[in-house]
Amino acid sequence: MAVMKLYGSPLSSAVWRVLASLYEKGLDFEFIPVDMKSGEHKKEPYLSLNPFGQVPAFVDGDLKLFESRAITQYISHEYADKGTPLVVPGKPMAIVSVWMEVEAHQYDPLAGKLAWELGYKPHFGMQPDHAVVEENEGKLGKVLDVYEARLSQSKYIGGDTFTLADLHHLPTLSFLMDTPAKKLIESRPKVSAWVADITSRPAWCKVVEFRKQH
Amino acid sequence: MAQKLRLHGIPMSSCAARSMICLHEKGVEFELVLVDFFVAVEHKQPPFLSKNPFGQIPVLEDGNLTLFESRAINEYVSNKFKDQGTDLIRHDSLEESALVKVWAEVESHQFHPAIYPIFYQHLLAPLYGKSSNQAIIDEHLEKLRMVLDVYEDRLGQTKYLAGDFYSLADLHHMPMMFYFMKTPWGHVVNERPRVKAWWEDISSRDAFKKVAGGMTIGDK
Repeated sequence: MAVMKLYGSPLSSAVWRVLASLYEKGLDFEFIPVDMKSGEHKKEPYLSLNPFGQVPAFVDGDLKLFESRAITQYISHEYADKGTPLVVPGKPMAIVSVWMEVEAHQYDPLAGKLAWELGYKPHFGMQPDHAVVEENEGKLGKVLDVYEARLSQSKYIGGDTFTLADLHHLPTLSFLMDTPAKKLIESRPKVSAWVADITSRPAWCKVVEFRKQH
Repeated sequence: MAQKLRLHGIPMSSCAARSMICLHEKGVEFELVLVDFFVAVEHKQPPFLSKNPFGQIPVLEDGNLTLFESRAINEYVSNKFKDQGTDLIRHDSLEESALVKVWAEVESHQFHPAIYPIFYQHLLAPLYGKSSNQAIIDEHLEKLRMVLDVYEDRLGQTKYLAGDFYSLADLHHMPMMFYFMKTPWGHVVNERPRVKAWWEDISSRDAFKKVAGGMTIGDK
């Protein structure tokens, strides 16, 4: 049985999202680097794995997948009996699903822009756009106010246990904690405690280690 | 004894439509509970905020379960009622259900961010008394063209996005596609023959027709 393959760049937050799920489940996989500097992701044969020319891509036997959140969901369901349960049975899964959509549609568009301005741009020697930073910090603050109220009623964002709803936030959260935008998290006690909890998980620490080694 | 599902929203809302199409595809009876959207701005205040703290529609109530985010509502409805109506999630096939997830994520992360600003600028901004920003429209038309080029290619391999079967992945596109075809830039779709054929096919489905009549944004 062929080992699962994860294609991508060690710099990509979407790749970290998939890595987190693989480490949480203790699954064997092969990481295949994609040379984004030379544009490998925008050409064949990579495009036959991800026609949008983005990372990651994922192969499990005959199944070829892309979009990090589709890959994590596949891993969570197909390997439900291995490692950490990242999805839950019954009605509680509907609530997890709600907060997975919140991550995708309320949180990520804002946090992703901030991660780009404050994290990636300096790395590539570019200047952040302060108007964009200010606008998105304001909007993200309002979203995190909702999270603060949610985390006063629920231990994790999707319910009582750590699930994909929390995991999907990890890449941009950990990025933001290394930038001045961390003040948005630190000023909200429940959010702050939740971030501290989920970023200290052994599987996430393995992702951080992976980034450092590559 | 099953209570009827209650969906809070308004017929013209693209997000409420996304869930209503799904409910019709599954043949699930529901009550549309109208929200006083434009005058009282009911969705931005208590008690509505206790149903959706982000102050948006739709909200689904199924007994004591309250859900928001239209795509999460659709996932729940498609799972709960998997043995009736259209099979939107292909639950019997690991491979098909994984591909439905892939192309549903594509709708969320590639298609929606490209098309929504065009819809907002051309159709919604005037409703809110604001002027429309052509530069934003042009920027996003470019992005949408690139996304639809991938779809054109994909639809040369499969009849629908996730495979040779209609699924949630196609369904999630429908509200934005419908409103986009009311803008002056519908030719972006029509210039791509497979995308055009796909749209004509899915928009002829009965479940969609039941909802489209209420989607009146942009009508004179």
